[in-house]
Amino acid sequence: MSRLVAFAAIQGGYNIVSKAEGTLKRAIEEYGPDKKLEFPNTAYYLPIIYSILGIPVKTLGDATGVMEITRKLLPAHIKGKNHLPYLGPLLDAGMAALFAEEIVEAVRYITNPDFYYVSEECDPENGKIWLGAAEDTVFRKRGVEFVDGTAPGFAAIVGAAPTPEIAKNIAEEYQKRNLYVFMCANQNGTTFTEQLIQAGVQVGWNTRLVPFSPEINGAVFALGFANRAAMAFGGIKPGDYKNILLYNKDRVFAFVNAFGDVNAEWAVNAAGCVNWGFPTIADTDIPEILPTGVCTYEHVVGNVAHEDIVNRSIEIRGLKVTVATIDIPLAYGAAFEGERVRKDDLYLELGGGKTQAVEWVTMKGMNEVEDGKVELFGPDVADVKPGSRLPLAIVVEVAGRNFQEDFEPILERQIHHLINYAQGIMHIGQRDISWVRVSKQAVEKGFSLKHIGTILHGKLHQDFGSVFDKVQVKLYTEKDKVDELTATARKIYQTRDQRVETMTDEAVETYYSCTLCQSFAPTHVCMVSPERTGLCGAYNWMDCRASYQINPTGPNQPVEKGECLNPVLGNWKGVNDFVYKASRQKVSSYNFYSLMQEPMSTCGCCECIAAVLPTCNGVMTVNRDYTGETPSGMKFTTLAGVMGGGASSPGFVGHSKYNIIQGKYILGDGGLLRMVWMPKILKEELKEKLIKRGEALGYPNLIDMIADETVGITEEAIMPFLQEKGHPALSMPPITG
Amino acid sequence: MAEIVKKKDEAPEKAAKLVNPDSVSVDPATIIMLKKAQRDGIETIFDRAETMKPCNIGAEGICCKNCAQGPCRLPLTKKIKDGLEPDKRMGLCGATPETIAARNFARMVASGAAAHSDHGRGIAQVFLAAARKETGDYQIKDTRKLLQIAPDFGVATTVMDGDVEKQRSIDEIAVEVGQKALAEWGKQNGEIVYAKRAPKPRYDLWKKLDVIPRGIDREIVEIMHRTHMGVDQDYENITKQCTRAALADGWAGSMIATDLSDVMFGTPYPLHGEINLGVLKQDHVNMIVHGHDPLLSEMIVVAAQSKDMLDYAKGKGAKGIVLAGMCCTANEILVRHGMPIAGNYLQQELAIITGAVDAMVVDVQCVMENLANVAMCYHTKLITTDPRAKIISGETVHIEFDEHHAFEDAKKIVMTAIDNFTNRRADVLIPKQKEQMVVGFSYEAINYHLGGTFRGSYTPLNDNIINGRIRGIGGVVGCNNARTMHDSAHLIVVKELLKNDVIVLTTGCNAMACGKAGLLTPDAAQVYCGPGLAEVCETVGIPPVLHMGSCVDNSRILMAATEVVKAGGLGKDISDLPAAGCAPEWMSEKAISIGQYFVASGVYTLFGVMLPVTGAPKFQKHLFEDMEGIYGGKWDLVEDPYEMAAKMIAHIDLKRKALGIDKARDRVLMDMADRRAMEA
Repeated sequence: MSRLVAFAAIQGGYNIVSKAEGTLKRAIEEYGPDKKLEFPNTAYYLPIIYSILGIPVKTLGDATGVMEITRKLLPAHIKGKNHLPYLGPLLDAGMAALFAEEIVEAVRYITNPDFYYVSEECDPENGKIWLGAAEDTVFRKRGVEFVDGTAPGFAAIVGAAPTPEIAKNIAEEYQKRNLYVFMCANQNGTTFTEQLIQAGVQVGWNTRLVPFSPEINGAVFALGFANRAAMAFGGIKPGDYKNILLYNKDRVFAFVNAFGDVNAEWAVNAAGCVNWGFPTIADTDIPEILPTGVCTYEHVVGNVAHEDIVNRSIEIRGLKVTVATIDIPLAYGAAFEGERVRKDDLYLELGGGKTQAVEWVTMKGMNEVEDGKVELFGPDVADVKPGSRLPLAIVVEVAGRNFQEDFEPILERQIHHLINYAQGIMHIGQRDISWVRVSKQAVEKGFSLKHIGTILHGKLHQDFGSVFDKVQVKLYTEKDKVDELTATARKIYQTRDQRVETMTDEAVETYYSCTLCQSFAPTHVCMVSPERTGLCGAYNWMDCRASYQINPTGPNQPVEKGECLNPVLGNWKGVNDFVYKASRQKVSSYNFYSLMQEPMSTCGCCECIAAVLPTCNGVMTVNRDYTGETPSGMKFTTLAGVMGGGASSPGFVGHSKYNIIQGKYILGDGGLLRMVWMPKILKEELKEKLIKRGEALGYPNLIDMIADETVGITEEAIMPFLQEKGHPALSMPPITG
Repeated sequence: MAEIVKKKDEAPEKAAKLVNPDSVSVDPATIIMLKKAQRDGIETIFDRAETMKPCNIGAEGICCKNCAQGPCRLPLTKKIKDGLEPDKRMGLCGATPETIAARNFARMVASGAAAHSDHGRGIAQVFLAAARKETGDYQIKDTRKLLQIAPDFGVATTVMDGDVEKQRSIDEIAVEVGQKALAEWGKQNGEIVYAKRAPKPRYDLWKKLDVIPRGIDREIVEIMHRTHMGVDQDYENITKQCTRAALADGWAGSMIATDLSDVMFGTPYPLHGEINLGVLKQDHVNMIVHGHDPLLSEMIVVAAQSKDMLDYAKGKGAKGIVLAGMCCTANEILVRHGMPIAGNYLQQELAIITGAVDAMVVDVQCVMENLANVAMCYHTKLITTDPRAKIISGETVHIEFDEHHAFEDAKKIVMTAIDNFTNRRADVLIPKQKEQMVVGFSYEAINYHLGGTFRGSYTPLNDNIINGRIRGIGGVVGCNNARTMHDSAHLIVVKELLKNDVIVLTTGCNAMACGKAGLLTPDAAQVYCGPGLAEVCETVGIPPVLHMGSCVDNSRILMAATEVVKAGGLGKDISDLPAAGCAPEWMSEKAISIGQYFVASGVYTLFGVMLPVTGAPKFQKHLFEDMEGIYGGKWDLVEDPYEMAAKMIAHIDLKRKALGIDKARDRVLMDMADRRAMEA
């Protein structure tokens, strides 16, 4: 009976709002109305309230106004007989509860700052499990996975399973389907998160099993994450509540799993989630709400058996996911990519400094390759004792009519995550600095090094099958052979790098579009040329070309660049025509090499954002991982907020890290010599290449002229440094034109 | 009935006038009161319906009395009907049965459109007076609705203050909306502004057919001209003018009346109400407001609830004041304030017969003259209030209501009722029957209740129509008619629709019939609905029959239909929707205007009882068949309510098939590529 749900949930709403009013009142009494109220490191304030109401809550005093709105939103209680309609009021009560909870959780960061562990990873040994609100760095990093489809959605798990074993099975099933699991609330003190830890499962953002809170209030962290995606990637303005919520319904495939008895407070949270189009699927016999409409399909489904709940939930949400079927004894999926193999769990280590490891994909003739053949030369896991080390060479030999040498590095780059996807196996690095760790648990389950071959054969066929016909894998664990192969591979790497680095935009007639992100930013279209790599850092021109050959109707399409309208700014007629169409008529023209004039748009998942610094007559750029202030007056996340969602914003442009040292980088505005500020970590990361680029531009010490946060985080503060160093930007024509 | 008539013929003269109460109504309160009427020796409309038969020729629409050379009566003989004889009928001037029936029909449209629109004009005038602060008794109350409708009139809601866009003053907006709205009546050229509210293809069709009304008054006057002796003698051309006048009613006069009433008195949102004669209270002053115009009743509501009036009533020995409504006045104050309803059209005399009504206050439309005769037999004061609607019979009091001192007038009226309380006689009988209701489903309220403040939309309704839980939408509206069993056809049609998962939107006297039968309660869903509709009602917490207001508020149904079209998935125009409308017990000329504007808006519209077109076969065919080809909607006449419901359902099924939603659909599971392909 929906009436019972509505009745209970609205009661729950009153409880939550009343408690929140008390919490806020006490906090104001203690700290005063001007006390800062915020979640850690976010530009989105209290993101649910900000996105829905458009109100940036910055202080305890600001929250008072929101509490008043919240109280007004609470509907009348539902009468037993001859009641008034309750669906709309129920959803309003849900929203009210979420506003109230978000305020309570923000207050908790003031009153009990150690309650949540501000981190991407948990530290269960020290009892630091609950992660609370995701910082914007985490949100963006993870958000990108939602945008590009690596994570098709999330399951918000509330309560606890009957046993840790059941919890573990359910979590693994979601992991295998690449979904994130956001956890909150407890069932009589037991939490799903702690059950997982007890069952030996690693939790944290890395394994996509995210412990938000032991209390139901933690639901706001999941919904706040979702709404930030709508603002950051969807480009929807705060306060445009209808579109924020519809964006979530249509594009963020999330749902709630309630485990155990559903009380009034859970019920009102579930009602709140329905506003987002997120249904609730429960293991208990709760009243169901099956007619569709606010959610895409059912709203509340009860009594689902634990062994069915994963598949039922995904179906009820209307989500299509494919489970990778790889014939190995380990669970396999993107969610296991971030899982660590810690020292205590370590059985075998290959590479990582103590021994050499290398990986190399190479093209062979059709008759030289036997598809699916996996050979291991040297000792396997079973031949060594726990805690051993071995060298490793992974040689992947590929053949096929459509295969080209240019595809070798693309396939090779897959090795890292494909191996990492196996539960209990960790892969770090690439090429000749590759490093593999095999856990005891994996060995117990029967893992053999030959399974690396199985994985690569299976997955490469699945993902890249259309560019080759056959693949075989050779694994070497003998030192001599590994050293010999390392030497061979190094020569190849060098040749390849030279080829990529010397490619120019002039040399090709075809660029590639990338609309991978249109699932989240429907009007954004990237254009990738040899000297303007994808701004997310994930795709260069060759990748896009390969991607097109693999999937000719996919998100990467060849674009004849056509007549060059402006060689300095990088503007082509063919590109503009394509962008106009692909952006659904939102963007009619953009420049490849400028941030001042019609810069390229970004979906919000760019690696770096460059911004003009008018006083310094130059530009700065900041990478996603740097959380501090910048001379533009904005942190990365604020900058991204200004320009995400497919908008072209003069004065700002998104780009990849690699693009900084490419020849055409903001050439229209004067090129790399305009660069006056970068975060230290970014300078470090690009050090070698920056020096090389500086040399090429006639400023061998350019890197030293570029200020960073140790110099200052305002234009005024870095100006004397630039003057002292004689930075070339200062003598260039005015950047503002 | 036939049997009763026969008995009557054989019975002695004295008993002939008495009707059998059990055979004329399905409402127990009505039956009890008819029995009392007979005991008290009072003749009612029910009795007269027994003794006086309708004119056969008039009923077929083929009596022309538009000039002094007639009346010309052109009965349709059986031979002509069966095609055995050519149809050579004509009036003195040569007017064919088609011309005559079409003229008569057109004059009904004109009268109906005039009634609604003149009501609307009154509202617009008071609205403008309120906006200009010329009366302190009326205010601009629902500013949200004002801001919602202002753009339709091309009235800016914001102003530029330098570079900053600011909210324009509500008073300024209201005055301009009032002026523009009022101008709709006198416009000579152009288009009524609300025409553009219709779905685009509907507007385009009207434009193509050249039927968009130029101004409300003009179209009505033009009907009167065209139907004068010797003017328009092409029944199709006359029908086209009917469309203009009817659209000027539905999409202008009525719609403006609804909208401006909402702004002044509040847009209805669901609330509780009670209905039937049992709402009257023995120990209270009982006042009934009857008629159609909310201007008067709204003010009486305020007066009757004021402390000095309550004290005054107590001073006279009453425990309080019951203010109950009848007819559409009742609907107006019910859907906005939850004021009780005493009954529908055919119960007006019966309310007085309780002996408990201290005053019945009437304004315009559907007020029976016989009220004056009945009131004379009891202590009830019958008070007329509108200068356009006076009654000379009996001892009717006229207290003219003027919006400039509305509250004072209202108080005067209430005091008259209170003063009369002490004149009560001993023979009071208030039936126990009263039923609970949940009412007030404006199209805005439906929107809210399908998703709340943040997700409100018609999508869930469309979704459940598409997935088949709801088969379609039935609009069941209209009057009572003494020629058919009171409320019977209303309830049969509604219950048949519900049983077949058709959700019902209702207004007017049908709404009250449904209310009395308990169909306006959420619990009715489990009792009367098919499983799909019941489940949806349960989810939203609504009754299966949604009370949208008075007969003027049929404009709300037009807007709801438009919202459904806009929500998507059910075609591009109102005529694509799996929907049908009917008026099973119609009697008023307003119903003909309503019928014509629904048909011209694309709705299959069925009338019960009779339609005065049956004597002109070609004109009837034009209405019943040809109009579908032109407008996508058509007229029909079905006397049997079961057949009426069956025909509506069959039509709904046809539309479902055309939309391709007649079969179960597979769940669509989305992957990333599907998401990328979605529209922005």
